[in-house]
Amino acid sequence: MLQKVYDWIDERVDITPIWRDIADHEVPEHVNPAHHFSAFVYCFGGLTFFVVVIQILSGMFLTMYYVPDIENAWKSVYYLQTQVAHGQIVRGMHHWGASVVIVMLLLHTLRVFFQGAYKKPRELNWIVGVLLFFIMLGLGFTGYLLPWDNKAYFATEVGLNIAGEVPFIGDYLKTLLAGDVEIVGAQTLTRFFAIHVFFLPGALFALMAVHFILIRRQGISGPL
Amino acid sequence: MHKGKGMKFVGDSRVSAERKSTIPKDYSEYPGRTEAFWPNFLLKEWLVGSVFLVGFLSLTLAHPSPLEGVADPTTPGYIPLPDWYFLFLYQLLKYKFASQAYVLLGVIVIPGLAFGALLLAPFLDNGPGRRPHQRPIAVGMMILGLASVIWLTYESAAAVDWEQRAEANKPIPASSVEIDKEDPGYAVFESNCLACHGEDLSGGAAGPSLIGTEYSAEEIADIAKNGIGSMPADQFKGTEEELQQLVDFIMSVNEQAK
Repeated sequence: MLQKVYDWIDERVDITPIWRDIADHEVPEHVNPAHHFSAFVYCFGGLTFFVVVIQILSGMFLTMYYVPDIENAWKSVYYLQTQVAHGQIVRGMHHWGASVVIVMLLLHTLRVFFQGAYKKPRELNWIVGVLLFFIMLGLGFTGYLLPWDNKAYFATEVGLNIAGEVPFIGDYLKTLLAGDVEIVGAQTLTRFFAIHVFFLPGALFALMAVHFILIRRQGISGPL
Repeated sequence: MHKGKGMKFVGDSRVSAERKSTIPKDYSEYPGRTEAFWPNFLLKEWLVGSVFLVGFLSLTLAHPSPLEGVADPTTPGYIPLPDWYFLFLYQLLKYKFASQAYVLLGVIVIPGLAFGALLLAPFLDNGPGRRPHQRPIAVGMMILGLASVIWLTYESAAAVDWEQRAEANKPIPASSVEIDKEDPGYAVFESNCLACHGEDLSGGAAGPSLIGTEYSAEEIADIAKNGIGSMPADQFKGTEEELQQLVDFIMSVNEQAK
């Protein structure tokens, strides 16, 4: 029955090549920790993706309670933290995930760097990876403001002032991010929310897709 | 790939009507002991993921995510701190060669060079050798950069008293506590404690919030007289009766805040 369904779809959309790209391929010996324990370093990239999935899922649940408005943002987070069943755990996963993802990204980057795995023909994928790192830092920066507590407010103020130091475009950059050159307030919160929830995740998904397609197309770099 | 005349398609689509063989290459055509990704290797990845998830959830349960008091731009003396992975950039701006007149160096030039080099690493390090000892400059620069980031982060984090910070910034829902300023205890509080602990007991630059304290009545009386941590002794100057009123007052506010 399942085979028939598969064949029916396959005849019309030719999914077998897609399936082969995603799942039906060989894992070489030198990346398999079952054969060489030191190959666990190849897990860092996959674990980074795993934490990203945790971030996406926990973030989706957080938006069910979060209100991006200076009157209610902190109250909604406090309510989630103290009243909602398992709210503390979901918020905790998102909070700690934000740190763990940076750690895993760093380990993955170092693995690729010290193995020289970014050399020809994989230069492009390295660049995509570093851009992913920047996007992740951007997500960390914008997400830090959202609970609208003192820590968030003052850190963001400093961050925006640093952005304002950039020559020529400093003030424009600050206005783009915060909604105003001077005020960190209602507009800043809604803009950071939009950037954190729509703009950066959009860029993140697009770059992750490119990252994975390039890996499948080029294969994993050979043993040293 | 087969192209051009004679190709048959499914309907008017671009999907080929001819069924091509999709049997994977034989394992023997790959060097070494390869393994099929699906399902053998994926199962192992799944196990690694599960172990990782257990560790991650333990961390989440053991350390609830922090939340400070609601943002208040008028909070006096609040020392801003970014998330830990931005501390190194923040610390860099504290050095003389990267601040004030040279702030561009700290904001743009140094981080720009470092991250620009990271982005363009494959083109800067474009020799054929992949082993670290075959590319000493690239590896040396990376180790130098990594060491500086770790050092700057350490310098920044070591200067912070994290526990005191967390204690001084506990979240209090603003509406839930009403301070009874007619209470005799409040008069005692006003003359002895208000300067540091704030008009509404919510703390200030010098002292933590008294709302949400976990000390018992006896301990509060003792702290008022003998001090604790950075709080010096003899802050409370009054009679035993006044001390009792003060403690009752603080306890009643905390009772209300629960």
